[in-house]
Amino acid sequence: MLTESRLLDLLLHHSIVYAAFQSRCCTLHCKTQYSTIYNPDEKVIKTCQKMGIKSVAVHSDVDASAVHVKMADEAVCVGPAPTSKSYLNMDAIMDAIRSTGAQAVHPGYGFLSENKEFAKRLAAEGVTFIGPDTHAIMAMGDKIESKLIAKAAKVNTIPGFDGVVETADDAVKIAQQIGYPVMIKASAGGGGKGMRIAWNDEETREGFRFSSQEAASSFGDDRLLIEKYIDNPRHIEIQVLADKHGNALWLNERECSIQRRNQKVVEEAPSTFLDSVTRRAMGEQAVQLAKAVQYSSAGTVEFLVDSKKNFYFLEMNTRLQVEHPITECITGLDLVEQMIRVAKGYKLLHKQEDIPINGWAIESRVYAEDPYKSFGLPSIGRLSQYQEPLNLSNVRVDSGIQEGSDISIYYDPMISKLVTYGATRAEALSKMEDALDNYVIRGVTHNIPLLREIITHPRFISGDISTNFLPEVYPDGFKGHQLEVGNRRELLASAAALYITAQLRSQKVLECTHWELCAELGEGLYSMEVTKSGNVYIVEVDGGKVEVSGQWNLASTLLPLTINGTDRMLQCLSRDASGQIVLQYLGTSFKVRVLSKLAAELNSYMPEKVAEDTSSILRSPMPGSVVAVSVKPGDTVAEGQEICVIEAMKMQNSLTAAKQAKVKKVHCKPGETVGEGDLLVELE
Amino acid sequence: MMAAFSVARSSCGLINGLRVSFRSLAPVKHGAVAAAALQTSLLPDCRRYSVGHLSVKERIDMKRKAALVGGGQKRIDAQHKRGKLTARERVELLLDPESFVESDMFVEHRCSDFGMEQDRNKFPGDSVVTGRGRINGRLVYVFSQDFTVFGGSLSGAHAQKICKIMDQAMTVGAPVIGLNDSGGARIQEGVESLAGYADIFLRNVLASGVVPQISLIMGPCAGGAVYSPALTDFTFMVKDTSYLFITGPDVVKSVTNEDVTQEELGGAKTHTTVSGVAHHAFENDVDALLNMREFFNFLPLSNQDPSPIRACHDPSDRLVTSLDTIVPFETTKAYDMLDIIHAIVDERDFFEIMPSYAKNIVVGFARMNGRTVGIVGNQPKVASGCLDINSSVKGARFVRFCDAFNIPIITFVDVPGFLPGTAQEYGGIIRHGAKLLYAFAEATVPKITIITRKAYGGAYDVMSSKHLRGDVNYAWPSAEVAVMGAKGAVQIIFRGKENQAEAEAEYVEKFANPFPAAVRGFVDDIIEPATTRKKICRDLEVLASKKQVNPWKKHANIPL
Repeated sequence: MLTESRLLDLLLHHSIVYAAFQSRCCTLHCKTQYSTIYNPDEKVIKTCQKMGIKSVAVHSDVDASAVHVKMADEAVCVGPAPTSKSYLNMDAIMDAIRSTGAQAVHPGYGFLSENKEFAKRLAAEGVTFIGPDTHAIMAMGDKIESKLIAKAAKVNTIPGFDGVVETADDAVKIAQQIGYPVMIKASAGGGGKGMRIAWNDEETREGFRFSSQEAASSFGDDRLLIEKYIDNPRHIEIQVLADKHGNALWLNERECSIQRRNQKVVEEAPSTFLDSVTRRAMGEQAVQLAKAVQYSSAGTVEFLVDSKKNFYFLEMNTRLQVEHPITECITGLDLVEQMIRVAKGYKLLHKQEDIPINGWAIESRVYAEDPYKSFGLPSIGRLSQYQEPLNLSNVRVDSGIQEGSDISIYYDPMISKLVTYGATRAEALSKMEDALDNYVIRGVTHNIPLLREIITHPRFISGDISTNFLPEVYPDGFKGHQLEVGNRRELLASAAALYITAQLRSQKVLECTHWELCAELGEGLYSMEVTKSGNVYIVEVDGGKVEVSGQWNLASTLLPLTINGTDRMLQCLSRDASGQIVLQYLGTSFKVRVLSKLAAELNSYMPEKVAEDTSSILRSPMPGSVVAVSVKPGDTVAEGQEICVIEAMKMQNSLTAAKQAKVKKVHCKPGETVGEGDLLVELE
Repeated sequence: MMAAFSVARSSCGLINGLRVSFRSLAPVKHGAVAAAALQTSLLPDCRRYSVGHLSVKERIDMKRKAALVGGGQKRIDAQHKRGKLTARERVELLLDPESFVESDMFVEHRCSDFGMEQDRNKFPGDSVVTGRGRINGRLVYVFSQDFTVFGGSLSGAHAQKICKIMDQAMTVGAPVIGLNDSGGARIQEGVESLAGYADIFLRNVLASGVVPQISLIMGPCAGGAVYSPALTDFTFMVKDTSYLFITGPDVVKSVTNEDVTQEELGGAKTHTTVSGVAHHAFENDVDALLNMREFFNFLPLSNQDPSPIRACHDPSDRLVTSLDTIVPFETTKAYDMLDIIHAIVDERDFFEIMPSYAKNIVVGFARMNGRTVGIVGNQPKVASGCLDINSSVKGARFVRFCDAFNIPIITFVDVPGFLPGTAQEYGGIIRHGAKLLYAFAEATVPKITIITRKAYGGAYDVMSSKHLRGDVNYAWPSAEVAVMGAKGAVQIIFRGKENQAEAEAEYVEKFANPFPAAVRGFVDDIIEPATTRKKICRDLEVLASKKQVNPWKKHANIPL
């Protein structure tokens, strides 16, 4: 037992430095990529507290008041905001470890968690790294080597051929060996360039012709790559846990197919797609791989799974992953605790047959980003109001932020991992709906509209998903919830009732029970008749009748209403004197303008204000820093030509000209910080 | 409020009487076709009644109908085409339904020169609609200039109508809202028109500090006419359709040879950002009038009324945890004072006055536990929140309004001092800065001050300090009350000393914290930011019965 020892932990953002038996035990939390906003550390610190280990948080200066810093027993500042100067600054972190006497480091999810150099330096100082051994990190860190190791360990890898293919017949032969469909491209070509997919011999011949021509002409290298093409791939990963005594377990799978720009958005455990046979096969292969590299600690083996349930090894992550809580939910294990135990040299407590699948867990990644712009461009701001839906049962929120936190341009914009759990998938999903509706985030744009649309989409509910889910379901980009007539009526009625509640409060003398109102929603104009009896508003709108009742608290951000007998959680985002009411309804925020009949009539005389011509000005679509400006005044730019590059949250975004024009004025310089909507360049 | 209520009841009969006529004509006002038909038959009738074919009753009806269409449908259509509402539509939208009680509908101008005496040049009610009504049940007097009648120009009769309702407003103690849309003086009337302006100005001045006066500029307002809005407590404008200037672009061109458009010279943008003449601008007429209703809710009816209270759904003891992290560690780093204000006041509802002018100071109305308060705050985000000429004047005028109308003042202080420089000194920062000092010092309403960070130098004294009779003065733990920042102070105290850095550290240790002020009792308490709302609400309860009287004087002599 560790409780007696005086334990000291050093926390960078996430990482426990943890010492063995005698006096001191230390937790170094290494800041993860998700830091400031998203802190796994909180979880690690909680586990440390549970185990009687003291923790030390390391933080950058902007994170001085972050949650993990407050929770930890000690905190050390390791540098200024840019990660290269703080969370990736090994010297500063090593100093922090020395000065606090930390004995173990938990590296979190990002930053140094998979950095072998860091692991080596810790080993040199005799500090335990809570994670796998250096050689495992190294072996799995190299994409090519890891595949070779996997192949040797009899783990399915994507079958393919890389080399000179002489004739079309040879190509067909290879394709048949691999099994259709196959992908053919020039070996030297990068990314998806010149990639062709063949479903039969005919297409293979054609693909061979094109690709070999291209390989020779474009790259001067006539090697071809023929590889199994995974159609409708799913991204499913197996959690493994291994100790230093050669034991390893697989803790079932996580379905992580819902992604945007290769980043996961919604995850669940278990997967709707796997049967027990496939699950066991995948689990056993994952364990084989772990054993092959003498893996210890928690790790994740990622697979691509095709529509026929063939699975292929992708890579292995040698750290704790962001989505680990859903595995904890269905297996009942505390992975951080297990990692600490393993690091300390204990044997695993469990046997494979002890690992259950109990119920269903869903995780939504709540990001500070605008889902209406390519499924999510970063946004920044100060969380003026923030309230996690923790009043609900079976909801878990892992976050490192609080009301008043600043979401800055320096880190990945994750706000939290929202996990819901249920005995069945339907229960977990319905809980997720509630949780998203009850989640109050003000001050930054967030992706809750998108999350709620995903988890209520019929394709997602039926489990018909793949990594192409988002582009397939929203080919023209995400546009928010599309209201049907019934829902639109509910929304309008709620807005009307809220409007009247606010009006009535201001009235000093007059009491009224019947109103004629008008509402503008999008392009539509709707007239409404509202009658109030007691606490219930009866609204006739759009050819239907809606009854709305609720606790009308005008100060509350949450608006729990009963609409036609159904309980709905709406949120009032804003309300102003000119009748503009912004409501979050079914996850999406809608602007409704409620006016009295008279005001609406008179409003028809009001001229439309002409919007600024935006084709000749370039504004920053997000806050960030200017990396490069490619034009100067007087230059002529073509439509689509790059004008400047903005970096935000570690993403570079190239901004292009909307039309062909001469550059009139440049308002930004490289290195400058710009806000959303700031004028960058003017064209003539 | 009880007074207002009894007035409402006693005037019930009158309301009902008028309601009938109002209603029966309702379709005419918006139905273009009906009104047009009416007008052709109406105007000849107008001429005929004087001949005596019609009974008195018929003549009354005729006149009323004529008054309701003002300058006629054609001009009404032209008004709408400009994106403007008519004088009557504005009144109807501003006031509670059916609450408008019109006066002087039968007044006509008395000019007999230049053919003005002809019947076709007479319009019942002339070029202004006046009367009283209610906004959310609270009494208000209104005049609304009618651009469709002689371009809303001001005749002797027009002025007389306005003066009448202003006098009544003063008698009963109710605010006056003026909806301005006038081309200027009625040139045909000459000096009578000028006299009319002066009569209004005099009443504006006499009513100042007695009842709130609000001007909403909804069209042109030029020449001498501008001085009436300038004398009122608040001047609001409508974007793109309203102008305020002494002389128009043509005269400017001939005198100074400047080329300037109406919009540039006196549009809403100019006056809300550059000149500071207007206090707020709204998108259009409807927006402006709806906002006026909201704004009116904040105001007491007169200087005899306490600050109004509205039912509050926001718990008065709410802890505002987000404030614990809002002030950055580096004293040079900015933050947004509006974040603090929004988080503390009821329902994040803050009506900012002059949001685009002298942004280094924030002023506006909000409620604490339902009660209207005036908020003044330095804005560290703009020019470090320093006080300069414009921000001093902006702050001073607001503080004086609050004091005149019993509205408690809450001041958030983060001020590095007065802005140095020749521009400021030559511009008279000394006498302008003195205005803010004067305003805070003379104010006898409850004054609560929270020092969030810097309170340096003379600016510390100015910002509702204990020394200027602040009732409750709090400091946050991040507060630094000192003569100046550490660097400057050390350069003076330890001039020539080698180790400046060490001296600076010593100074910071001694002064860059709330203790020097707290040990002297210059702040009453050092409070956790999260508890600020709770404490202010509690203090306001206590201070509701505050009584403080300045020495008798004919009037004070503020350094203008």
